[in-house]
Amino acid sequence: MKTLVIADHDNGVLKPETSKTINAALKLGFAVDVLIAGENLAPMSEEVASIAGVNGVLVADNSEYAHQLAENIADLVLSLAPEYSHLVASATTTGKNFMPRVAALLDVAQISEIIDVVDGDTFKRPIYAGNAIATVKSLDSKKVITVRASSFDLQGEQTAADITAIDAVFSSQLSSFVSVEQTESERPELTAAQVVISGGRGMQNGENFSLLHGIADKLGAAIGASRAAVDAGFVPNDMQVGQTGKIVAPNLYIAVGISGAIQHLAGMKDSKVIVAINKDPDAPIFQVADYGLVADLFDVLPELESAL
Amino acid sequence: MKVLVPIKRVIDYNVKARVKADNSDVDLTNVKMAMNPFCEIAIEEAIRLKEAGIATEVVAVTIGAKASQEQLRTALALGADKAIHIETDEKLESLHVAKLLAKIVEQEAPELVILGKQSIDSDNNQTGQMLAALTGRGQGTFASNVDVANGTVNVTREVDGGLQTVALKLPAVVTTDLRLNEPRYASLPNIMKAKRKPLDVIAADSLGVDLTPRISVVEVHEPAKRSGGIIVDDVAQLVDLLKTQAKVI
Ligand SMILES: Cc1cc2nc3c(=O)[nH]c(=O)nc-3n(C[C@H](O)[C@H](O)[C@H](O)COP(=O)(O)OP(=O)(O)OC[C@H]3O[C@@H](n4cnc5c(N)ncnc54)[C@H](O)[C@@H]3O)c2cc1C
Repeated sequence: MKTLVIADHDNGVLKPETSKTINAALKLGFAVDVLIAGENLAPMSEEVASIAGVNGVLVADNSEYAHQLAENIADLVLSLAPEYSHLVASATTTGKNFMPRVAALLDVAQISEIIDVVDGDTFKRPIYAGNAIATVKSLDSKKVITVRASSFDLQGEQTAADITAIDAVFSSQLSSFVSVEQTESERPELTAAQVVISGGRGMQNGENFSLLHGIADKLGAAIGASRAAVDAGFVPNDMQVGQTGKIVAPNLYIAVGISGAIQHLAGMKDSKVIVAINKDPDAPIFQVADYGLVADLFDVLPELESAL
Repeated sequence: MKVLVPIKRVIDYNVKARVKADNSDVDLTNVKMAMNPFCEIAIEEAIRLKEAGIATEVVAVTIGAKASQEQLRTALALGADKAIHIETDEKLESLHVAKLLAKIVEQEAPELVILGKQSIDSDNNQTGQMLAALTGRGQGTFASNVDVANGTVNVTREVDGGLQTVALKLPAVVTTDLRLNEPRYASLPNIMKAKRKPLDVIAADSLGVDLTPRISVVEVHEPAKRSGGIIVDDVAQLVDLLKTQAKVI
């Protein structure tokens, strides 16, 4: 029994989800190798090799893997699968894209977005927007699993494990990369930040999100949003927190002008401390908030910024 | 070009799911059901392709109990030309669903299959990718834009860092994200017309797919409840409590 974790990275930066996914994979109880696929991977391979608990690193460095096209990555993982009993990836948009393909090609089920490992076959995962937690047991001989990283801890460091190059190149020709629009931000990533401040429809427009910037600067916070704020074009899609956006569990989550729909709560209700600012005292967000402030956000945001 | 749209009957998105007292599953007795919101977006996209003269036929398919014909009728009322009901009372897993859909893809030979990226009940986010793998097609998941031209479909995908656009050779599989379009409502005359559109029923076990479970549900329980919070008077008190009580700033 042996586990293969597929590392997640973006433009030369290893995602913190990778370390947390390794943390989850180690709970399975078997040796953990990590595959990293992409282009120009030398520095990142070293970084992965130094994550505590990693047994060995497999590096597939080729332009065919540069854009993480699901068809090519799935074929690569499939070629390594015979050696492993468990295949594990983060439930990021990359992992969610190629992993079910791997599962189908192996003719096994995928266990999506686990939040806890009970044993090597049994896992907990949220269903119905997190309104229920299912404990599920995989009956397949090989397990394909994605991990909700926010439910696991970062691993420490170790002296670097061995790094092995994988020469096999898979190029399906079914899809090709056209372009990418990367959202540039100086702020911490939503899924990695200790503090997140999110704005909803109550912000009224994109310019008003600047009211959150000063507060975010002072708290070292990432900025998130509700679906309504993204749909209305106030902010880009990658800021959406929720059932179908990003799942966050920071030490402090501040929801501003967000009503607290089931789908939004699904993405943030595991935060340690929740603050809600809303002018409607009956807004459902107050039911999950540790500290609620019933007020007009346009009055209190400037006050909050200067009080910090 | 024929477009196939697999859809699913799920709990209405406004309804909060409750766990059964015996912790065996979520309780769906007398709960309002509806078409999965991402499937509505998939149907809408297919209909827009037809309105744009790109698609010639839109076929909706669902797998489930008899009651899921309701959602097929909705799809027909929205503009699908024909519907296929793969009937089963079993609770199937994504892999089974993908395998059954692969059979329909074989029969119908659609150039494009558009599915929702996830269903809001099981929250798996798997079926489209599995179907693409099983039918040897390219996949464009989490689509916020779909552009079909010259045997290719360009799909703009909502990814964690922003937007990525990929080009897929047709035939291909696309899964929808929330911002792909805003689904229309069915008009009364179209609802009436939908009653006369063809709806074929096929027994799931007649398609030669092994439907043996691969996952067993050990138990379903409620998530940990958050303990009740307090309403603060003003910003000063909020900042003070965050510092001294919660100790998070
Ligand atoms: C399939 C599906 C998936 C979804 N996925 C997600 C998801 O991932 N994430 C998500 O967030 N949503 C998601 N939604 C949408 C969700 O159902 C809600 O519509 C959305 O979260 C509402 O956003 P909101 O709270 O910003 O807006 P609203 O519900 O409109 O709330 C705005 C709030 O702002 C308050 N407000 C207004 N003005 C002020 C002011 N001046 N000062 C203080 N407060 C003010 C109001 O009192 C109100 O409570 C999904 C929906 C569906 C159907």
